[in-house]
Amino acid sequence: MENHDIVIIGGGPAGMAAAVAAFDSGIKDVVIIDREKEVGGILRQCIHNGFGLHKLGKELTGPEYAHHYQLEVEKRGITVCADTTVLSVTPDKVVTATNTCGILKLQAKAVILAMGCRERSRGALNIPGTRPSGVFSAGCAQKLINCEGYSVGKKVVILGSGDIGLIMARRMSLEGASVEAVCEIMPYSGGLTRNIVQCLEDYGIPLYLNTTVAEIHGNERLTGVTIAEVDERRQVKPETKRYISCDTLLLSVGLIPENELTRGAGIGIDPITGGAVVDENRMTDVSGIFACGNVLQVHDLVDYVSDEAEIAGKGAANYVKGLDRAENRVKAVAGNGVRYVLPQRVNTRGGDTDIFLRVTAPFGKVKFTVKSGDTVIATAVKLRATPGEMEKITLKAAKLRDVDGDIRVDLEEM
Amino acid sequence: MERNLTCILCPRGCTLNVTVDGDNVFVTGNSCPRGRYYGEEEVVSPKRTVTSIVRVSNREDVMVSVKTETPVAKSDIFTVMDKIRNASVTAPVKVGDVILTDVCGSNIIATKNID
Amino acid sequence: MNNMKYTVAVIGVGVIGGMIGRELTRYGIKTVMLEKGNDVALGASKANSGIVHGGYDPEPGTLKAKLNASGVEKLFNTALELNVPIKRNESFVCAFSEEEKEHLDVLYKRGHENGITALEIIDGDKARELEKNLSESVVAALWVKNAGIVCPYELTVASVGNAMDNGASLVTDFEVTSISKNGDAFEITSKDGRTVYADYVINSAGAYSGKIASLVGDDSIEIIPRAGEYLLLDKSEGERVSRTIFQVPTKEGKGILVSPTVDGNLLTGPTAAVVASPANKETTADGMNKVNTLALKSVPTVNFRNVITSFTGVRSSNKDGDFIIGESAACPQFINVAAIDSPGLTCCVSIAEYVIDILKGIGLTLEKSASFNGKRNDPHFFRKMNDDEKNEFIKANPAYGRIVCRCEGISEGEMRYAVRTNPPARDLDGVKRRTRAGMGRCQGGFCSPTVMKLIAEERGIGKEQVTKNGGGSYIVTEKL
Repeated sequence: MENHDIVIIGGGPAGMAAAVAAFDSGIKDVVIIDREKEVGGILRQCIHNGFGLHKLGKELTGPEYAHHYQLEVEKRGITVCADTTVLSVTPDKVVTATNTCGILKLQAKAVILAMGCRERSRGALNIPGTRPSGVFSAGCAQKLINCEGYSVGKKVVILGSGDIGLIMARRMSLEGASVEAVCEIMPYSGGLTRNIVQCLEDYGIPLYLNTTVAEIHGNERLTGVTIAEVDERRQVKPETKRYISCDTLLLSVGLIPENELTRGAGIGIDPITGGAVVDENRMTDVSGIFACGNVLQVHDLVDYVSDEAEIAGKGAANYVKGLDRAENRVKAVAGNGVRYVLPQRVNTRGGDTDIFLRVTAPFGKVKFTVKSGDTVIATAVKLRATPGEMEKITLKAAKLRDVDGDIRVDLEEM
Repeated sequence: MERNLTCILCPRGCTLNVTVDGDNVFVTGNSCPRGRYYGEEEVVSPKRTVTSIVRVSNREDVMVSVKTETPVAKSDIFTVMDKIRNASVTAPVKVGDVILTDVCGSNIIATKNID
Repeated sequence: MNNMKYTVAVIGVGVIGGMIGRELTRYGIKTVMLEKGNDVALGASKANSGIVHGGYDPEPGTLKAKLNASGVEKLFNTALELNVPIKRNESFVCAFSEEEKEHLDVLYKRGHENGITALEIIDGDKARELEKNLSESVVAALWVKNAGIVCPYELTVASVGNAMDNGASLVTDFEVTSISKNGDAFEITSKDGRTVYADYVINSAGAYSGKIASLVGDDSIEIIPRAGEYLLLDKSEGERVSRTIFQVPTKEGKGILVSPTVDGNLLTGPTAAVVASPANKETTADGMNKVNTLALKSVPTVNFRNVITSFTGVRSSNKDGDFIIGESAACPQFINVAAIDSPGLTCCVSIAEYVIDILKGIGLTLEKSASFNGKRNDPHFFRKMNDDEKNEFIKANPAYGRIVCRCEGISEGEMRYAVRTNPPARDLDGVKRRTRAGMGRCQGGFCSPTVMKLIAEERGIGKEQVTKNGGGSYIVTEKL
């Protein structure tokens, strides 16, 4: 058994930023465990640009953003245990992992979970039809193309207009494939507007809203899909069914925080975010185990992942130093028009605290009100709010100090 | 001429209203100076950063990711892709290494280290 | 393989063909197993309920009744020998009304007539005491205490692998298009022009057994392909029930089962719809809705948001309802083993032994081979080790330390083993069925590029040639 102050599971953007922040907060014995041969996580396959404007003040590609943090990790001499998969984490912070040298056990004073997320698969969608090859999750196709240099197909339909789906529509077009359609079951796209412009409109790719893939055809390789419009209950309207010949279907239908290790450690999960229930330091309900990045909640931008990871890294360092022993925590809950609030527990005797939330549907101008009982703690007005964009509201320490009951965030249309 | 555009420079995605009157271009709706430049350029000579991959000839099934160092004319995107597709590189490669020079006015540079 | 002469050729390698092949090697018979697909267990053996049926269901006096009664214990023993996971988890047949309850008495009596005594009728409360998630509307249940669950494709792979280890040959991608008799020997030719010779032919071609029989002039077999749709749920749902929960068959159909699998998932299904062709393996929106709705009737708390995959299996039914096993009236030394629908999986060992008896009866000399070894090494030896044992093993075999399939925790070493041992996995689905890689929550999204690489390396082919399940099911098209 090796002993370490902080063990971080996952060397993607969250794990690296958490490691750097923990180190800079005074804890030098930090170990990152990553299953791949190189750190960077999914950023290594996200070769497009658009990363880092908020966090680093310049526009970078995914690999460059990862490289920036990799240099920061190396500069500090933080140990990276690569090509190593964590098998389990116990509530008393024993991490068991495996690599080609054998099974390792590490006893940590604090653990930071930064395993990221996975894509929803075809099975979870129950799309009727056959089971041919040529149906890929968008990320799997992205890896095959961008990291391994293989073409996955020539005539493509994409289901889901989240950012990964949009980015892949452009990527496939650049590599000479014909993208026949992007279908989105919701009445609005889950992706950023800029990506609709520069990934679809630039290449003349049609986006069909309120539309889904109703059937999959082909016995060996995919030969086509039937697409159809859906009604308000998202049920297929049979009369709108339309066949599109294609050899490739990419699914970009949502990301799910990958919390198997978290559950194994007995940590409480928020059914809405799919990630752990955490406090303002991103500590879970198991003392000394923290979570950050897409394993905690699926983010829109990697820059925000890095922000969140810094909170967790600093929180874990303070925990190891014995500084975090706050007892005055209240719950933060979602009210009208709000899907979830994170962190779910807030220290009322700490400093200024940012809370993050997503709304339930697209809205125009809205006002958010954060209250405890009848006491208003904060308000914020936004010109528009959509489920695809995370909102942030700062709660001032001075206002929080008077709070002794649960905090609730409501949305009001203006 | 008047056009409504979505600024693509940052995730905010401001809706811009661009009016062209002879040599003068007026942009409204932007939240920052970069948005104004984007609006002006987008109606006159739109530009894009192109990102892709180049095969690493001395590594089995390894690709290095690359990008145009500066944005190129939107109309040149597929010319740039053709040049990139026909290139190859020998490892080691470092982030920022120039892979191709002056492709439609921009260098093609590596965005990943390959040891 | 070209122009090889065998004593017995088995056409169609599902669980029945595999078990017959294995049984033949017990007697040192020179056997070839011919399969039209590029792997074994691609028909009904891949996609069925995986149930070891107690034996109360078949009509007394039928072949089904006889082979089911003797088959249950034979299957348990064989599965243990082959190191295939099997579990006696018992089953309930649930009645939802007084009228349905009467049918339980019929099943109970029929079971006793078939020689099955491990049966008890219990009331709804007792049933819910044993299965706490069972619906409040269950009024009574037939408790079947000898029933179990087994993984059907793993059983097939194991039986074929054991037959091969004992000297049998497996030829894949061999779609039989003609069979002629040349003197005493059959000449069997494939679509791509390969030929094998054999003294005896076993027709275990499942849904295609009618077509194979007609090649020797036997038009007596008429297979009715019946499609059944299933929904498989994540392991988080795996403990909703510990027993297999059936519904009393009604006028509307045989009902939908809810069952744990030996791997810890929850399986629901199947529907039953006659289809035009056994190649009709699509799932339908109606079928999936039906499975969902009817499964909730038995176990209302199943969370169908945790479905990880859906699939359709095609059973080979016969209008008479019984198995067709025997020497063809039209062609001596050609033995049909056809229309093996439920409880065919339960009967696979007893059917194999029955076929051996038929062969004996028509003059094949059978003496037990001294070199036959019915035991098969456990392909899952690694996952059963404790951490210390794993640590030691990895030091000598580093590939076992690198996890490739994160959802199921499958290492590179286990995947390479699947490509190297009999019958070798040749494609992504083959590795998946042998190791479970890609069967978890991400359904291969993360690991399939790496599995492709391992298959390409092991087989010495390019990644462009790696398929999902043979034929034209390629994954990547070309290098960029």
